[in-house]
Amino acid sequence: MIVELGHFALILAFFVALVQCAIPILGLYARDERLFKVTEAGAPVLFALIGFSFLALVYAHVASDFSVVNVFENSHSAKPLLYKISGVWGNHEGSMLLWVLILALFGAAVWLFGANLPLDLRATVLGVQAAISATFIIFIVATSNPFLRIAQAPAEGNGLNPILQDPALAIHPPLLYVGYVGFSMAFSFAIAALILGRVDSAWARWVRPWTLAAWIFLTVGIGVGSWWAYYTLGWGGWWFWDPVENASLMPWLAGTALLHSAIVMEKRDSLKAWTILLAILTFSLSLLGTFLVRSGVITSVHSFASDPARGIFILAIVAVFTAGGFALFAWRASSLATGSTFSLVSRESTLVLNNLLLSVCCGIVLVGTFYPIALDAFTGDKITVGAPFFNSTVVWIFMPLLLAMPFGMFLAWKRGDPKDAGHRLWPAAVVAFVAGTAAVVAGGGLKVALAITLGAWVLAGSVWELLWRAKFLSVPVAETVRRLLSMRRAQFAATLGHIGLAVAVIGVAGASAWVSERLLVMKPGESADIAGYTVTFKEVFERPGPNYAELAGAFDLKRTGGSQIGTVVASKRRYEAPPQATKQAGISVRPGGDVYVVLGDEAEGGAYQVKMYYHPFVRWIWGGSAIMFLAGLISLLDRRLRIGLPQGARKASITSAPAAAE
Amino acid sequence: MRNRLLALLAALFLALPFGPAFAVDPAEQLLDTKLEARARDISAGLRCLVCQNQSIDDSDAPLARDLRLIVRQQLQKGQSDGQVIDYVVDRYGEFVLLKPRLHLNTLLLWLAPLLLIAGGIVLASRIVRRLPEKSDAPAPLSAEEQKELEKLLTPPPVKS
Repeated sequence: MIVELGHFALILAFFVALVQCAIPILGLYARDERLFKVTEAGAPVLFALIGFSFLALVYAHVASDFSVVNVFENSHSAKPLLYKISGVWGNHEGSMLLWVLILALFGAAVWLFGANLPLDLRATVLGVQAAISATFIIFIVATSNPFLRIAQAPAEGNGLNPILQDPALAIHPPLLYVGYVGFSMAFSFAIAALILGRVDSAWARWVRPWTLAAWIFLTVGIGVGSWWAYYTLGWGGWWFWDPVENASLMPWLAGTALLHSAIVMEKRDSLKAWTILLAILTFSLSLLGTFLVRSGVITSVHSFASDPARGIFILAIVAVFTAGGFALFAWRASSLATGSTFSLVSRESTLVLNNLLLSVCCGIVLVGTFYPIALDAFTGDKITVGAPFFNSTVVWIFMPLLLAMPFGMFLAWKRGDPKDAGHRLWPAAVVAFVAGTAAVVAGGGLKVALAITLGAWVLAGSVWELLWRAKFLSVPVAETVRRLLSMRRAQFAATLGHIGLAVAVIGVAGASAWVSERLLVMKPGESADIAGYTVTFKEVFERPGPNYAELAGAFDLKRTGGSQIGTVVASKRRYEAPPQATKQAGISVRPGGDVYVVLGDEAEGGAYQVKMYYHPFVRWIWGGSAIMFLAGLISLLDRRLRIGLPQGARKASITSAPAAAE
Repeated sequence: MRNRLLALLAALFLALPFGPAFAVDPAEQLLDTKLEARARDISAGLRCLVCQNQSIDDSDAPLARDLRLIVRQQLQKGQSDGQVIDYVVDRYGEFVLLKPRLHLNTLLLWLAPLLLIAGGIVLASRIVRRLPEKSDAPAPLSAEEQKELEKLLTPPPVKS
């Protein structure tokens, strides 16, 4: 019964969304505020309906109601509760429902927090959101309905793929989706701006927090995915340039560019048309990503053919919204007033360069991801575009971006002095040189040394920027500390974000360059050395799990010739439903890197295959993502963004002035 | 049906290989460490044909193992890296290369970075150069904003 109610609520939500997107069009013609209010009232209703529908599906999964096809195919009664819940979005139908739930959540957020938006803008934004909602709900109901029943309910379900039964993968999809779907806000604001023909720095001030919120979730979502891959796949790989990964990287790159161009628009009232275009582009790439993952066109040709309705439906959605957005842009962009000017050497110009390079990176990922499909479709030639292609193209475009970053932070708005910025940056240059030299001495090779140099350059440049702004060395230390503490949050956050990126870049370069590996056949009692550590195979023992049987190997870890550090346990799990085996790597996090042990198959005479790795710097990659996430969060808490209106900011600075004077 | 679902599930998150990933078997390794290192390098650039975007070095599929053995056999025969790769491509096609070679049909792929940069520079230079011609004056206020401003500027009526 609850499942049917959920099904019904979803269909009802479709009609609410339909009304919600049709009414503001009327409202714009009739100039009737009451019509806008109707649209607005629809936002919480839509959220409540989809929310109920989603909870109904969660209920069906938690209660193991195998008369529901979706539950039967993806769940099992013996599964731990966490994975019964995460199993809801661990499949196509449920994850699409999560997608529209998050979309409705953002709509409700506009309704809740958008009180300071002009009513017509608010209604138009919600109208565009509702159009996206309606399209995806009808997609779910027509091609991917999670509420279908089986007439004769089976006693037990098929179970969830064991590799998805993992805490990181339980939260990975919701995080990614908040990112993906969050960019729909930027899209809706862009479309509304084009329709209303009104865009100014206040618009950018409203759009930026939404974009930032989406961006931080996408950042941490990608980070969690990469971390999961690292400890799950048995050799410590963390990025594969896989089409599905690229699907999340493209909106991230475009979204990063959008964040930066929105700053120029907000602060300098410039780059308006470009910012609008990027907003449309970013969400289009999110949709394209959804198409890539959901249609199965990438996975293999036959899975696409087995259910072409889905793929074609999503492709149509992508085409309509992307083409519609661009057509509207082409038609209306000229109505956007141009803003203030800037010279070639200025912070604006470095942000244009940032946008240029990020867009090129994004473009290359796009071309590389779709080229094999397009080539196959047009000529029948089958080629592969894999990691080596992206490593030899995207990575090189990213380097000048890193080189320019500290200059951008030190250049003034409107007209900067390159000599001045250069002089101020010498401490960063020294640090970069030392780091680069160290990388060469350690045998990193040209590309790695260059990446480490640039990573250190950005890291030191960012830290130095903070100190420089706090007048370090020219005023007493206590004064510097006071200035650091009273720095505007958004300012501090921007620099912290760059520090996060620098840390991740150093991590990526270091982890690829200095990984060491050993493949062995070991008997209990035997030892092996890796990167200054001695690993001793102690014993093999069996461990019961909630829905699997586990064979674990214990390894003692110590510094070579030194004292005992601890025990690392690597294991193999055998799941019954579905019957599948997984390997759990044993990882010991050491200051310089991870010691990573994998237990393999049994060899002759009680011996086992053992793989050992030393992954230096690898924690820097996720540490950097975490810092970027934190930076975005701090920026979101900046008072100006919360208040959202210029007057508010002025008031705030007046009230804080006496405090500063004390 | 279930296979398709599993494929979707895998594709759902990262489309990474699942199951035990124990690619290179210790027994496969060549005793000559230099030759083995070359074999690993070559393997990292060859695709496992039955996997999703995995190199034969990372895959534990039987076919990947066969390919790894072929690479090592060829190296032991004294072939150069290029000859070994040609040997594999002759048998399995261009599809096996993770980094496609420059041919007529991959021309656009390899030119894409250059074309994108060129296009981007043209666009960016238009943005940067065009702007100084425009005036510095901010956009005029809309009627609504004007009204708002007047409301703010008008002093509140003094209570008597």
